[in-house]
Amino acid sequence: MEKKAVRVAYGEALVKLGQTNNKVVVLDADLASATMTNAFKKEFPGRFYDCGIAEANMVDMAAGMSTMGLIPFCSTFAVFAGRNYDQIRNGVCYPKFNVKFGFSHAGITLGEDGGSHQAIEDIALMRVLPGMTVFVPSDANECYQCVEAAAKIEGPVFIRTARLATPVYDPRPFTVGKGTVIRDGSDCVIFTCGIMLEHTMEAAEILESKGIKTALVSFHTIKPFDEELACTYAAKCKKVFTVEEHSVIGGLGDTVASAIIGKGVEKFKKIGINDEFGQSGKPADLLKEYGLTGPQIAENILSNL
Amino acid sequence: MDIQKLESYAREVRKDIIIMTSKAGAGHPGGSLSCTDALVALYFDVMNVDPKDDKNPERDRFVLSKGHAAPALYGTLCERGYFGKEEFDKFRQLHGILQGHPDTKKCPGVDASTGSLGQGISIAVGMALGAKHTGNKCRVYTVIGDGESQEGLVWEASMAAAHYKLDNLTVILDHNGLQIDGSNDEVMSLGDIKAKAVAFGYDVIEVQDGNDMKQVLDALHTPPCPGKPRYILLNTLKGKGVSFMEGQVGWHGKAPNAEQAEQALKDLEG
Repeated sequence: MEKKAVRVAYGEALVKLGQTNNKVVVLDADLASATMTNAFKKEFPGRFYDCGIAEANMVDMAAGMSTMGLIPFCSTFAVFAGRNYDQIRNGVCYPKFNVKFGFSHAGITLGEDGGSHQAIEDIALMRVLPGMTVFVPSDANECYQCVEAAAKIEGPVFIRTARLATPVYDPRPFTVGKGTVIRDGSDCVIFTCGIMLEHTMEAAEILESKGIKTALVSFHTIKPFDEELACTYAAKCKKVFTVEEHSVIGGLGDTVASAIIGKGVEKFKKIGINDEFGQSGKPADLLKEYGLTGPQIAENILSNL
Repeated sequence: MDIQKLESYAREVRKDIIIMTSKAGAGHPGGSLSCTDALVALYFDVMNVDPKDDKNPERDRFVLSKGHAAPALYGTLCERGYFGKEEFDKFRQLHGILQGHPDTKKCPGVDASTGSLGQGISIAVGMALGAKHTGNKCRVYTVIGDGESQEGLVWEASMAAAHYKLDNLTVILDHNGLQIDGSNDEVMSLGDIKAKAVAFGYDVIEVQDGNDMKQVLDALHTPPCPGKPRYILLNTLKGKGVSFMEGQVGWHGKAPNAEQAEQALKDLEG
C-alpha cells in the first residue's frame, strides 16, 4: 500500500490551493522543509513569508494580513500550539480572523526528537477556543480535503498533521463536521482520529476474527463534532472505545464522552497517552511503548468488554 | 486642521476619558491621558479615515497595541463621529460596544482586538505586510506602551517590520515612564530604548514633548523613509492634563470617584 506522510499532503494541498485561490499566502517559521511548505515556497515565492524562528509573531502577522483580505496559512510544529496560544486565542480567534493553522509533527510518532517536541495536548488546546474548527486528517487524501475545506471556512481553522509516512486510503466522501464510518458492527465501536486509523483498522480486524462485531468510525473533524453519529453508534454498540495519538485528557476521547453521556452506554474507555509526556524513539517502538499498536488496542478492548 | 482646533479636540477626549472611567468605576486613565494627543493628531489630521465609510479597504489602519488605553481611543473615535456619546454609559458594561479593551467585532473604527500586550504591534506589522502584498497604498499606525516594550513579541514584530522593509508602518511609543508596579526602571529597565529601536532597523524620530500637538504633528507628518519602518518615540506624561494624576503611577488602572472626576474636569477646562 502506498504510504505518504500527512504533512507531505499538506504541502501538496497548499500548492494546489494556491493555483486556484490567489488570496492564499503561506507563513512559516524556519521549518518549511519540515512542515513541507517549501513546495509552496518554490511555486509561489512571492506568496510565501518566512517569519524566522518567531512563531508568536508569525501568528499575529497572519492575523493582520487576514484583515487585508488574504487567507494566511501558518505552518509550524503542533507542539507550538502551546507556545502560540495567546496569539491564536486573542490575536485570531477572539476577533474571528480568517487565519488557518497547519501544524505538523503532532503526537508521539514524531519520534526521535522526543517528548519536548511531541504534541499530545494540541487538540485539547484548540478545540476549547470559540469559533475554531479542528481537523485531524487520517491520511493524505483526507488532508487534501481538509486544506481545501479550510480555505472555504470564514474563520480560524486548525489542521493537525503527522510526520510519519502512513497508508493512503481511497478517497472517502468528505463533509466538514461529519464522521466517517469505516466499518459497521454491533458489539462494540471504536472512535478514532488521525493516523490511528491504520492501527484501529488492524485492531477491528483482530476483534472481528474473535467473533466480536466491531464498528469503526473515524473523525476528521473534532470541532464541530459529529455528535449525532457518535450517539448513533454509542446507542447501537453500547461498548465505546476511543483511540487517539493524544492525551486521553481533552482530546477525541473527551469530545466523544461529552457527546454520548447519558446515552445508555455500558462501557466507555479512552485509549491514548495516559497523562504523561512522550520520549525519544522510533515511531513504531513508541506506538508499542504507549500501547497504540493494532494488537495492543485489540487486547485492551478485549479485556474491557 | 489648525493646531488650536486639534488641541481643543484633545481636551474633549481627555474629558471623555474622565467621564467614561469614573462612570464605569474602572479603566486606565493614566496611560490614556498620555497618548491622547497622538490619537487626536492621527484621527483628525494624519490618517485617511472616514467614520461614514469605516470598512473602506483603502483607509489607513490604526492598532492600539497598548489596548488598556481604550478610553483614549473611544473618546477619539466618538469625537471623530464613529458613534455617539451615549455609548460612554456602557463603557465596560454588559452588551456595550466599548469593551474593557478594544474589540473589533463590537466597536466601529477598531481594526484589531487588543489588550494582550505585544500583539497589537505584531498584528499591525501583518497589516502593513498585507497592504504591501495586495498593493494597498494605506498606512498602518500603532501605539505601543513602554511597559509593553518588555514583551518579546514587540521585538519579534520589529525585526519582521525591518526585514520586510515596511515603510508603510509607523510605530508610536507612548513613553510615559510608568507602569503598574512602578517606573520602567524599577520594574524592568528599557535601557536606551531609542538606540534599541535604531538597532532594530527603524527610522527613529524622538519627540521631546509627546503631549505638544505641534511637535507630535511634525513627527507624524515627516515623510516616510523608503525601505524602513518609522518609529516615533513620544516622551509623554502619564495622567497628562489632570493635576493629581500627572506622573502618578497609582493612576494606571484606577478610576476617579465622582469628586475626583469633578476636579479633573475642572483641570481640563483650564
